[in-house]
Amino acid sequence: MSPGATDTRHRELGLTDAEYDAIVERLEREPGDLELAVFSLMWSEHCAYKHSKKLLRKLPTQGPRVVMGPGENAGAVDVGDGLAVAFKVESHNHPSAVEPFQGAATGVGGILRDVFAVGARPIAILDSLRFGELDSARSRYLLEHAVAGIGHYGNSIGVATVGGEIYFEGPYEQNCLINAMCLGVAPQDRLTRSAAAGVGNHLVLLGARTGRDGIGGASVLASAELDAEDESKRPSVQIGDPFEESKLLECCLELLDAGLLASLQDLGAAGLSSSSSEMASKGEVGLDIDVSRVPLREADMEPFEIMISESQERMLCVVEPGKLSAVLALCDRWDVRATEIGEVTDTRRLRVFSGDELVGDMPVEALVDDCPLYDLEPEKPSEPIYSPPPRVIEDDASPGQTLLALLGSSNVASKRWAFEQYDSIVGSRTVRRPEGADAAVLTLEPDGGSRALGVSIDGNGRRVACDPYSGAVEAVLECASNLACVGAEPLGLTNCLNFGNPEKPHIAWQLTQAVQGLADACEALGIPVVGGNVSLYNEGGEGPIYPTPVVGMVGEIPDPERVAGVAFLEEGEQIALLGPFRPSLAGSELEKLRGGLSEGLPQADLALHRDHLARVREAVRGGAVSSAHDVSEGGLACALAECCIAGGIGARVDLAPLLARLGTAVTPEIALFGEGPGGVVVSGSLEAMEGLAENSGADWLIRLGEVGGEALELTAGVATLSLPVEEAKTAYEQALPGRFS
Amino acid sequence: MIRFPGSCDEVDALGACRRFADAELLWHGDRDLRAADAIVIPGGFSYGDYLRAGAIARFSPVMEAVREFALSGGPVLGICNGFQVLCEAGLLPGALLPNVGLRFVCRQVELVVENPNTPFTRACAEGDVLSVPVKHTTGRYYAPEEALDELESNGQVLLHYAEGQNPNGSARDIAGVSNSQKNVFGLMPHPEHAVDPLTGSADGGKLFESLVAHVDALQPA
Repeated sequence: MSPGATDTRHRELGLTDAEYDAIVERLEREPGDLELAVFSLMWSEHCAYKHSKKLLRKLPTQGPRVVMGPGENAGAVDVGDGLAVAFKVESHNHPSAVEPFQGAATGVGGILRDVFAVGARPIAILDSLRFGELDSARSRYLLEHAVAGIGHYGNSIGVATVGGEIYFEGPYEQNCLINAMCLGVAPQDRLTRSAAAGVGNHLVLLGARTGRDGIGGASVLASAELDAEDESKRPSVQIGDPFEESKLLECCLELLDAGLLASLQDLGAAGLSSSSSEMASKGEVGLDIDVSRVPLREADMEPFEIMISESQERMLCVVEPGKLSAVLALCDRWDVRATEIGEVTDTRRLRVFSGDELVGDMPVEALVDDCPLYDLEPEKPSEPIYSPPPRVIEDDASPGQTLLALLGSSNVASKRWAFEQYDSIVGSRTVRRPEGADAAVLTLEPDGGSRALGVSIDGNGRRVACDPYSGAVEAVLECASNLACVGAEPLGLTNCLNFGNPEKPHIAWQLTQAVQGLADACEALGIPVVGGNVSLYNEGGEGPIYPTPVVGMVGEIPDPERVAGVAFLEEGEQIALLGPFRPSLAGSELEKLRGGLSEGLPQADLALHRDHLARVREAVRGGAVSSAHDVSEGGLACALAECCIAGGIGARVDLAPLLARLGTAVTPEIALFGEGPGGVVVSGSLEAMEGLAENSGADWLIRLGEVGGEALELTAGVATLSLPVEEAKTAYEQALPGRFS
Repeated sequence: MIRFPGSCDEVDALGACRRFADAELLWHGDRDLRAADAIVIPGGFSYGDYLRAGAIARFSPVMEAVREFALSGGPVLGICNGFQVLCEAGLLPGALLPNVGLRFVCRQVELVVENPNTPFTRACAEGDVLSVPVKHTTGRYYAPEEALDELESNGQVLLHYAEGQNPNGSARDIAGVSNSQKNVFGLMPHPEHAVDPLTGSADGGKLFESLVAHVDALQPA
């Protein structure tokens, strides 16, 4: 008889009967309470990627600039001169849906630790946020507190929050998404791996005391659907202390600089259990841990609680015996708690002691590598998964009214209200602040220098809902295009796959299609995936979220002086559209405002896009353009309006040449408001535009008009509009603050 | 340059100072100011600022030395959290309250130079407009009405926010005030984040330039 049949402890911990049996088989006995708790976390979706691991193998991870690929705390790429840039994006969705301020704050804290765990100094944070529609009081509450939480942590620790994106869609109403990306810079010889090494070396726990906060966060919150009783799960959300982390960060970097650590790992999901077993697994060693030595916030904690607590601001390191006193002294100087809690063994087992008593003894391999992996059973749904959004604009609205409505719609409107709550300049590296350019731009060296990085994070979930494959391809193209607009060449990519319950065939289908799209786009553009995160079970009572692969990219810029911004600058400059842009209303913001949700998006010719992006990048790097702005939500009309608003100057534009190129299937309305990848609006001198056109052919560059006046005057065949820039600006900038008193 | 645990703009401020003169960091536990000619207290969240901004830092050992330095006429510049610390320490009049909007605000603002005849503003002219960013949650300058009148008549308001640019509801648009001797100056905006056109503006450099000119003028020829 299966032991699982009589004993149901494991079900409450989220393990299936078969998984329980597998644990018994590995242990060759029934697990004790502590062992079961540790297994349940290590074998949760969050830690074991049991529904996504096989799929993720499709992503290309190799590239000449990759220094550290997936599997480490963060991936890293070579940026020359002995420097590397480490970066990663991670989700903190379910904690934030339960307690948005701390959920978002600790999401930032966690991704910062991932980056300094590899020895890199964090220099920037970006956030990708999704909420329900702003009409909903819950969405406004989540937005307000999540933004405040991100600001609280990032501002306090002194790492600039330089960019990000926010979308509002009904399917995120119950289950908001909080994805945070961090990047850091390290001398390559300081890059540190997490594999434990050296039998007899000490295991030292750094940072905050361990408390009962966040117990079971990974399994309770992150690996199951949300339900109505989630209020009661607030105690499962961790509490952040950026001041503690600030000391921990400086202390860890100094320890690494001094060459005092053999390896370093942050404590995230599943706390000490996962950090220790993963270090042991990578190092092919064993670890003995004495939980009675762990400094506690509450004296009466059980050994299993100590092992699975997700208290924040803690790191685990391996130290050679001869260096222990130096480590402790340095930690003391930073006022960082450091406690020797165990040692590296050759047993390949994670043995947990409480004083002299052995309270857990598990094979490391079973914990980390033996979790059963599941094949997805994808099936394209025969019925639409999502109901269309409510209609808010009529088909016969004039082009002018339509443009105003789009500029004031929550997804297009300026996110200034949010990003002004973030310190975007600390560190003195920020060359382009949020909404100043399509990607954030940071100097590689502090205090200027000649090289810079471009960074962006992107992913339009509704377009992925329309077409999981093409939508995911577009997320990569969008991010690469944002980088191209600042002259950055992508070096690597990180992603966060936010999806519903993968055990359901239609979600499995979305996930499979989207990962294939990411893989194909990365392959075609030659961008390696250096790390990422998967967040599944994002479903509330009303169904799954839109499938939301979020893509973050880092690129290099040889000369930050030549970075183009969004703004039209000077009267008389020429405006042109670059790229193989073929707009369609499918999946567009206008379609959403009209209450539609298409099935299927046009498929992009990736080779064509690769060439286009390289040309945009070269045009920006060569200094030919004064501004460059990717066409995205709201189409060409919104992109032009954004350039005008940013520059405080009008433009006179006629889309006739675009309509001629696109042919009769594309109506004036589609040309104005349709969306699709591969369009960049640029401005520059007449000579510069002629030069670009000469070198590239008429198909790539279309001249559309010139900068000037106080209104955006736009003609597309029979459709014309004239919108004063001030009016456009009010609609664009007041939409979000107008929702908050 | 004083560094407290939780300071976060000290590296930026150090870099800004070094564009104009030699500068080094002093740890919060130091009592020796190492014969510095001027002291800068940077922005950040000293000791986490969980109690009240600047409330704990004022008790740190280094602040005793800074107090003596200030009382003997040495120039002390407090930026953002440094301004808060100086007010908490009683070296500057008034107090900083939570912003009117109750939210953190990071924004480029324009400052108008009100009094150019101080160690901190001597490289400016009256009425000069400086583009400098602010970033804080607790930056609303407050003092009783009579005290504000006195500050204005004594020329202690060195900088105010340009019309319509007050980001936090500060009384009379005050961005920075000095003590009556004009050797201690605190401001909420961040001049150290305005020393390079590449990252937005170089106008903040005027304040560091002033300080260096002041110190140089005191040196025997």
